[in-house]
Amino acid sequence: MAKKQVNPTDEFIKGLWRDNPVFIQMLGLCPALAVSNTAINALAMGAATTFVLVMAGLSVSLLKNFIPREARIVSYICIIATFVTCVDYAIMAISIELHRALGAFIALIVVNCLILGRSEAFASKNKPHIAVMDGLGMGVGFTVALLFIGVVREVLGSGTLFGVDLFADGFQTWTVMVLPSGGFFAMAIWLLVVNWIRQRQEKADKQTSEQTGEAAS
Amino acid sequence: MNTPAPPQQKPTTVWQMYRSIVGIGAFCALLIVSVYQGTSARIADNRARFLSSAIEEVLPAVRSTVEVSLDESGSLVAAAEAADLPAYLGYDENGDLVGAVITARGMGYADNITVLYSYSFELQAIVGHKVLESKETPGLGDKVELEPHFLANFEALDARLNEDGTALANAIVTVKEGEKTEAWQLDGITGATITSDAIGSILNQASSYWLPALERDARDFQPPQSIEE
Repeated sequence: MAKKQVNPTDEFIKGLWRDNPVFIQMLGLCPALAVSNTAINALAMGAATTFVLVMAGLSVSLLKNFIPREARIVSYICIIATFVTCVDYAIMAISIELHRALGAFIALIVVNCLILGRSEAFASKNKPHIAVMDGLGMGVGFTVALLFIGVVREVLGSGTLFGVDLFADGFQTWTVMVLPSGGFFAMAIWLLVVNWIRQRQEKADKQTSEQTGEAAS
Repeated sequence: MNTPAPPQQKPTTVWQMYRSIVGIGAFCALLIVSVYQGTSARIADNRARFLSSAIEEVLPAVRSTVEVSLDESGSLVAAAEAADLPAYLGYDENGDLVGAVITARGMGYADNITVLYSYSFELQAIVGHKVLESKETPGLGDKVELEPHFLANFEALDARLNEDGTALANAIVTVKEGEKTEAWQLDGITGATITSDAIGSILNQASSYWLPALERDARDFQPPQSIEE
């Protein structure tokens, strides 16, 4: 692989859109579908995952010369599990109600392929500050994606947003949206939108390059 | 794993493996222990606050509680240690007994449901309920926490004992929505049949266990000196 110049800001931005973990890379879908039934759950899950991503990226990057190749997966999992446990305690210390709402999914951050994937594929090959920016970008991208799904599901399924009633009493809630299947619906709609925008963008890019090509010739 | 290691890499010695795994393990253990130590007081505090707010919700007059349990002979005693499914006697600000708060668990549709409910000695009825833990389907099974007509069951759900005071006079059961005719019946929820049935059987089971002893002993029960807030 050719050595290319890495810019911390680029590493942050790519997680938001170009390599968005949920909408583009399709990683970490289990929590994205399961705990996005309300916006606040989505936000909390995203924040917890971001913290673990950043801390795991930092640790893996700092320890990259210390961890032998053969023992890397077990080392990474151990590091990730430690930070997840810390987050678990922290959330319990902040609010028992929130901990109840997130349920088993906090512990399952350990096996979120997004975190192991970034540690293995990126943090173990890059400098600590670059790895932190990558973790932060991926984490924020993940949070935004969860929030998008969560907002749609909460507004349609419960008629509320962040727990605040949006509609008058006449609104018939779409119960299906807070059920698991609602997660798939909301996810599919957002994928449609994201892919449509990307396609338009690519077409526009192609046209501009053709035009500049013609102008040059 | 299929990609061969870069040629310039030296073979890993056992010591390097040992060093990294033990080192990381020790560091992680240290981190977890320190975070646990740092947060355990607040977590215990939060748990206690959550429970007391839940108790206040089901029995608003309560100012202090004392946890109780049944000894081998079935008499009411102060609990020696916190039980998995505790029951509490609730006292108002004058120290008068106002009711009992009981936690109970039973199988729902998806998993066990844990509920907290209150019993009024004056009315001999169940006067409040709150689901503490459930994994019931959102939008359907969780209606037992939200549906107004279901919650109306707990204004005064008859839980009188029979003449000997050994068992409930009428078993608490859930009936189909709109078919409630007796004070000891729970008006069920269409669409959450299994969950609302489960609530009925949980209440029936826990009440059969606790209420005979509570009715017999609670009024004469001497709360220990240290009543927790």
